[in-house]
Amino acid sequence: LNSSSPVFLNGVTCRGKVLTLDSMNPNVRRVEYAVRGPIVQRAVQIEKELREGVKKPFTEVIKANIGDAHAMGQKPITFFRQVLALCSYPDLLEDNKFPEDAKKRARRILDACGGHSIGAYSASQGIECIRQDVARYIEKRDGGIPSNPDNIYLSTGASDAIVTMLKLLVCGEGRDRTGVMISIPQYPLYSAALADLGAVQINYYLDEDKCWGLDVTELRRALNAAKQHCKPRVLCIINPGNPTGQVQSRECIEDVIRFAKEENLFLMADEVYQDNVYAKGCKFHSFKKVLFEMGPEYSSSLEMASFHSTSKCYMGECGFRGGYMEVLNMDPEVKAQLTKLVSVRLCPPVSGQAMLDLVVNPPLPDEPSYASYLKERTAVLAALAEKSHLTEEMFNTVPGITCNPVQGAMYTFPRITLPQKAIAKAQEEGQAPDMLYCMKLLEEEGICLVPGSGFGQKEGTFHFRMTILPPTEKLKVVLQKIRDFHLRFTQEFS
Amino acid sequence: MTTSLDYVNPRVRAIRVSTQSFLQNLAHQITQNMTQGGQKPLKGVIDLSSGDPHRAGMKPVSFVRQVLAVCLYPHLLQDKIFSLDVKLRAQRLLQICEGQSLGSYTASSGLHHIRQTIADFITKRDAGISANPRNVFISSGAQRALMVVVKLLSSGEGQTQTGILTPQPCPYTLPPLLDEAGVLAVPYRLMEERGWALDLNQLRQALDSARGGCNPRAIYISNPGNPTGHVQDRNSIQEVIQLATAEKLLLLVDEVYQDSVYGQNTEFLSYKKVLFEMGQEFSETVELVSFHSLSCASVAECGLRAGYMEAVNIDPDVMKVFDTMLCTDISAPTTGQLALDLMLNPPGPGDPSYDTHAQELLLTRTVLTRNAQRALEVLNDLPGFSCQPAMGGIYLYPSVKLPAGIREQAEMLELGADVFYCQKLLEEERLLLGAGQDSGEAGSHHFRLCVLVPTYVLEDALHRLSAFHLHLMGHHTVAGRNVKGKAGCSSQSGLTCVQPTTV
Repeated sequence: LNSSSPVFLNGVTCRGKVLTLDSMNPNVRRVEYAVRGPIVQRAVQIEKELREGVKKPFTEVIKANIGDAHAMGQKPITFFRQVLALCSYPDLLEDNKFPEDAKKRARRILDACGGHSIGAYSASQGIECIRQDVARYIEKRDGGIPSNPDNIYLSTGASDAIVTMLKLLVCGEGRDRTGVMISIPQYPLYSAALADLGAVQINYYLDEDKCWGLDVTELRRALNAAKQHCKPRVLCIINPGNPTGQVQSRECIEDVIRFAKEENLFLMADEVYQDNVYAKGCKFHSFKKVLFEMGPEYSSSLEMASFHSTSKCYMGECGFRGGYMEVLNMDPEVKAQLTKLVSVRLCPPVSGQAMLDLVVNPPLPDEPSYASYLKERTAVLAALAEKSHLTEEMFNTVPGITCNPVQGAMYTFPRITLPQKAIAKAQEEGQAPDMLYCMKLLEEEGICLVPGSGFGQKEGTFHFRMTILPPTEKLKVVLQKIRDFHLRFTQEFS
Repeated sequence: MTTSLDYVNPRVRAIRVSTQSFLQNLAHQITQNMTQGGQKPLKGVIDLSSGDPHRAGMKPVSFVRQVLAVCLYPHLLQDKIFSLDVKLRAQRLLQICEGQSLGSYTASSGLHHIRQTIADFITKRDAGISANPRNVFISSGAQRALMVVVKLLSSGEGQTQTGILTPQPCPYTLPPLLDEAGVLAVPYRLMEERGWALDLNQLRQALDSARGGCNPRAIYISNPGNPTGHVQDRNSIQEVIQLATAEKLLLLVDEVYQDSVYGQNTEFLSYKKVLFEMGQEFSETVELVSFHSLSCASVAECGLRAGYMEAVNIDPDVMKVFDTMLCTDISAPTTGQLALDLMLNPPGPGDPSYDTHAQELLLTRTVLTRNAQRALEVLNDLPGFSCQPAMGGIYLYPSVKLPAGIREQAEMLELGADVFYCQKLLEEERLLLGAGQDSGEAGSHHFRLCVLVPTYVLEDALHRLSAFHLHLMGHHTVAGRNVKGKAGCSSQSGLTCVQPTTV
C-alpha cells in the first residue's frame, strides 16, 4: 500500500470522508425546520406503509402540518392558470376558448420576457413591468401612497426575500453580533435562517391571554435583555401571524413603528397572509400605510421591508414560488449591496413572476373574467372564514384544549394541557411533550400536525399548529378525531 | 440611518461585482434609451454574453411547453390540439402533485417521481451504473444545489478557510457564489494551447500553493467546459479522480452542458461513469457531487429555474442536511420540476410527439454545431483574435491581443481592457459579449460568446463584431506593427452585409 491509497481494515475501506457532520459548516448543523421535521418524515413513512397495504386504524394521512391549500383540495383561480398556460405555450393565443383579458395579460408578460419566452432568464431584480405592476398594486392597496418599482425585488417565494434581507443585515462579532427580534411563537423559517447566519435570535413573546396580541412593553423587555449580549438591529413581525393567526390592530402597528424608530431597528413586515382576515372587527393594515399615515417624521426615516407571496391568501399557489419585497428608506449604498446579492442567484422563476403579476393585476370589473374571478376568490375566502370559526368553536368544547380565535392566516395554534405523566414520559424519551402528543396522534389517527415546540412557546405551555385547510367536511372529522384523541390521551396518562 | 454600509454583512460586501452585471446593466440602459422615443430601435442589442438561448430567439421544445400548459390548466385535456402523449404525460404528472395541482409544495428535495426519472436517466446514460433517487436532490436551478454543497464545505478562517480549486476560466456565475459562501477560489489554469484541456501539473501546483494559505477541500470541474467548450476524455477524468482520491478532495462536477457535445470523435463521459469503471478502490470512496439543469442546451429553460445534483459516496447524515437546507426554499418551482421530467424522459419512438420532438432537438444540435464552426472561422480571421475550437457547450472563448492604445485607455478609466472593449462594442455596435477572466500572457484577453442562438442572429453579431474590431485595429497598432484595417464589410470569411435587425 502506498500513502495515497485508502486504508483497508478487515477488508473494508476505512477512509475518513471529506464532508461529514463534524467537518461541515458549524452554523448549518443548527438549522432545523419543524414544519418538515421528524413528524412529517414519519407521516411520509406511514403513507408509504398504507400504500404497501399495511393495516392501520385509518386509511389516509391528513397532512394538516403545512400551509398548502392546493394539497388540501383548494382549486386554483381559473384566470390565473389560463394566463400561465398561454405564457407556457403561446400557440394557444389563437385558441378562442381563452378570454381576451387572459390573452392580453399573457401577451404583456411575454413581451417583457427575453425572446418572448418564460424560459429566458429575467433581470435578477425581476421583470421590470411586473415590478411596476406590483408597485401599482401597493399604491392601490394603500390608498394612493406612492410605491417606486425600483424598491421592489421579486423573489422565489417570500422566503427567499426574507432570507436575503437577513443575510444582508447580519454582521459583527461577539457582543456586536446582529440581534434579530422575532415573535414567539414564530414561523420556523426565521429561526432556521438566523441559525444558518449565526445571528442572535431575540425572542419577544406574544400574549396568548390577549389573543396573541403584541405588547410594546414586551418588545422593550426583550430588547433590553438582548442588548447585554448582542446588537439588536432588526425587528421581524408577521401580520397576520403564523402560527397564531392574530391580526394586529392599527394601534399596535403604530406602537411597533414607534418602537422601531426609537430603537433604530430595521423593520421586516411579513404580510403574506394579507387577504386572510376572518374575524369581525379585524382588518389588515399594511405597515407601509400606517407608517405613512403617521407622518413624515416616521415615513421618511423608518427603514423597512415588507413581504408578500403567491403562496397564501386566496390563490394558494405555493408551487410557483412567486413573491416580492418592497424596501423603504434604505441607504442607497446598502441597496446597491442588496441588488448585488440577489444577482448571485441569477433570477427568480419566471413562471412565479408571471403568477405574481396576475395576483397584483387581476381582472378589473369591466373585464370579461372579472365575475368568475371574484366568485372564485370570494368562495375560497368565505370557506376559510367558516373553517376558522368552526375550528375555534370545536376546540374550545374540549376540556384541556383552549383555542384563541383564528383572526386570520391559515392556522390554529391551540394550547393543550398535558398530564404530568405524559410530560415525564416525554422527558424520559428526550422528546418535547407536545412532540410525543403529536406523534401519538399521527400513529393513532393519521393526522399530522406540528408540535408547538417547533414554533416556540412560553416555558411550560404546550401547543400544536393545525392548518384550517382541509375541506370543511373533512375538517369536521379531523376536529372530532383530535377531540377524541385528546380525551383518550388525558385518560391514558392520568 | 439604521442601515449603513458599515452594518452590511461583510460576506455580502465581499461578493465581487461581476463584470457581467456591469455590462448587462449598460445594455439595459442602452435599450431603455433607444425605446424611450417611442420608436423602434434600428439596431437592437444582441446579447451573446449569457447562456440564454431563448432570449436570443431559440424556440422552446414544443413537447415541454405543451405538457406544461396542460398541467397548468387541466381544462386543456379536452382540447383537440394536443396529442395523446402530451395529455397522458400531463395526467401522469398531475397525479404526482399533491392535490393534482402545480400550486402545491413538493417534498424539499423534489417530487419523488421526478427524482426517479432523473435516476433512470442517469442509469441509462451511464450504461447501467445504477442511480438511486435518494441521492438525487432537485433545486431551483443547479446554482442553488451548488450553493448548498459549497455552504456545507465552507468553514474556517484565514489558514483554515475552505478553498475550492476552480478552473481558470470558470463559469462567470461561480466567483460570486463562492464569495457569498465565504469560500476561497483557488484557480488552476486550463491549457488554452491544448484546447483548454485540464493539466494535472496545473492542478497540483494550485493545490500546493493553496496549502498553508487555506484548506483546500474540493475541486470544481466544468465538463463540458463553460466557457471553454472543452470536453474531457477518459484519461483526463481519471487523472482528476486519482488526484482527488490522493489529496482527499471532494469533486464538484458541473455537467450542465452534457447534452451538447458536437466535436468530432468526442463523446461525453460522466464523472460518475468513469469513476465506477475505475474499480472499487475509487468507486466506493471518492465523494462526488454532479450537477445538471434545465439551463442546458437542448431545452434551455433557464427561466423555469430547476436543476439537480447527484450525490455519490456522500455521508448519509450529510445528505439529510442537504434536504434540511433545501427546506428553507420549501421546494423548487413545480413547473421546473416537471420540465426536468419532460427533458430527461422525452417522447419515445412511436409516440405521436416523437417526430417533431426529435426534429427540434436535431435542429438545435445542427444550429449549435454550424454556428460554432462559422463563428470559429470568422473569429480566427480577425486580426489579433485566436479561438480554440470547442467540442461541446454553448460558448466560444476566443482570445484577442488588444493594442496598447486600447489597454491604455482602459487603464485610465480603471477598467479591464476586455471590459472596456466590451463596453465600446456595446455602445457602438449594440453587441454584448462576455468579458473573460484574464488568464493569458500580457496583452491577451478573452471574450465569451454564446453560439446557441438563431443563425441569423449570429451572422448579425459576427458582422457587427468584425466591423467594430477592424475599425478599431485600423486605428491602432499591435505590438508596434501596423495592422491595416480591412475596408468595408468584406473579409476572407465571406461575411455578407446583413440587414440590421431589431431584437
